Amino acid sequence: MDVQTHSGNLFMNTATMAYRNLLKTVHNPDRFMDVIIQPVMFMLMFGYLFGGAIAGGVQAYLPTIVPGILMQTMLSAASGSGAQIREDLDSGVFDRFKSLPMAHVAPLAGQLFADSLRLLMATVASLTTGYLMGWRPAVGFGWVVAIAGLAIVTGWALSWLFALLGLLAKSAGAVQSVSLMTMLVLSFMSNAFVPLKSLTKPLQVIAHLNPVTYVITAIRQILATGSWTHEALLVLGVDLIIVAIFAPLAVWAYDRN
Amino acid sequence: MTIKNAIEVSHLTKKFGQKLAVDDVSFNVRQGEVFGLLGPNGAGKTTTLRMLTTLLKADAGQVKIFGHDTVKEGRLARSLFGLTGQYAAVDEDISARQNLMIFARLNGLSRPDAKQRTTELLHEFSLENSADKALKDFSGGMRRRLDLAVSLITRPALIFLDEPTTGLDPRTRTQMWDTIRHLVQQGSTIVLTTQYLDEADQLADNLAIIDHGKLVKMGTPAELKQQIGGTRLNFTVDQSTQVGAAVKLVAAQVADAVQQTGQQLSVRLTQMAQAAPILTALNQAKITISQLAVQEPSLDDVFLNLTVGKN
Repeated sequence: MDVQTHSGNLFMNTATMAYRNLLKTVHNPDRFMDVIIQPVMFMLMFGYLFGGAIAGGVQAYLPTIVPGILMQTMLSAASGSGAQIREDLDSGVFDRFKSLPMAHVAPLAGQLFADSLRLLMATVASLTTGYLMGWRPAVGFGWVVAIAGLAIVTGWALSWLFALLGLLAKSAGAVQSVSLMTMLVLSFMSNAFVPLKSLTKPLQVIAHLNPVTYVITAIRQILATGSWTHEALLVLGVDLIIVAIFAPLAVWAYDRN
Repeated sequence: MTIKNAIEVSHLTKKFGQKLAVDDVSFNVRQGEVFGLLGPNGAGKTTTLRMLTTLLKADAGQVKIFGHDTVKEGRLARSLFGLTGQYAAVDEDISARQNLMIFARLNGLSRPDAKQRTTELLHEFSLENSADKALKDFSGGMRRRLDLAVSLITRPALIFLDEPTTGLDPRTRTQMWDTIRHLVQQGSTIVLTTQYLDEADQLADNLAIIDHGKLVKMGTPAELKQQIGGTRLNFTVDQSTQVGAAVKLVAAQVADAVQQTGQQLSVRLTQMAQAAPILTALNQAKITISQLAVQEPSLDDVFLNLTVGKN
């Protein structure tokens, strides 16, 4: 009569939760349409609108804007995690997860691993659009994969931060508006779209304090030199630190909820 | 030593800000019984249930499930029960089969076992025909059935049901009752909250009535009804001149006072056997009566008597 069970293991639980979130994503294509449409739209708009004014031509502007749009897209894809976690929490399904004898970090980790698929799709959409507009990095395809990886790791680390925000916020709507604001400020107050030298002094200070600037700089350096620079290693290190800090905080907030 | 109590609750207390949501509640649930938590909206039923199922931390007090403390041995305690919440806790976007598979895997079943259990449960809850449809197309009753099926994956010996039939139509509700009775036959212990008195009456072996966070009364439905209402004998004396004589005759047979409203008399009986001598005595005195009725006490009387109702 008894059903054979074994006490839940963290990796298996996380894999099951990731599978659940993937299924949900597949059943709801609108969950990833935003991260595909947004980079395509922004790349075309910004490229053709500002290319001439900022760099003297669309082709010359592409090495600046492709990493810029890539990071902006990572930010907005990562911020989606927060809203989705909040929505899940409100739906009552999480009560059941909590009442199961499973690892407490699994529902969050599962969500975020499934979200890395969103990050991947967003990255492919950004880079492909750039390619179609004539972006041809001289360092070759291998290094393009490397910067894609760097961007995804950074986006994934940031999604823990947004997950914490989602767990602490009152409603999915609140998460969305805060996320949108954060995304806009962080991506525009950086070197994503314009050279830092063209900014006024106070803006330059803000842009220098903005972590997004460092990630974009790292990506541009890799694409320019064809090697891992200090900046790139620094970014990877900070990503790890972000996960190390915000993953436990998110689990704490999840338990408290 | 066999454990007789499935749940032991002692001095459970929860405050939300200044408001005492659950105030020093203690009770035991015996193995194999249906235990009902009855109370008006906002009385603290769900809060109590959430603390029993480890979803909410108590400010004070202790809960033991099959002898295991829910705080110190949370994970073990969680593996011993199934929970069906007030709102269907299933994923809307995916199919019934996928829901069952995922929850089976999260419960620690191996992939083949999960598959087999899913098939069994789909059959048991007559969901086979819609097993692969998205839940968006499910009716409320189907959703509840799936919800219950999910909480039965591990065949837990203890099942918590939070308002299992709220919002269901009468037919689906009867189906749900049958399912619950079937579970009890198989030896499960069930704790359910409800605001429907007939549901508590139909299903529960023992009831705890909660009002304003306090446990106001406990007992079997029959005991509670006996204490509060009792059976009443009502009849009308046909001729107004005979009413006085009738009151005297009846009063001689019972302990309680006879209530008189015009020609209508009403008296509380401690047992049904008291009815016959009363009727015989009236007959012998040639007092004719009509509209004779024996009124069984209902839980409604109990409920209205015990709860203050300002929630």
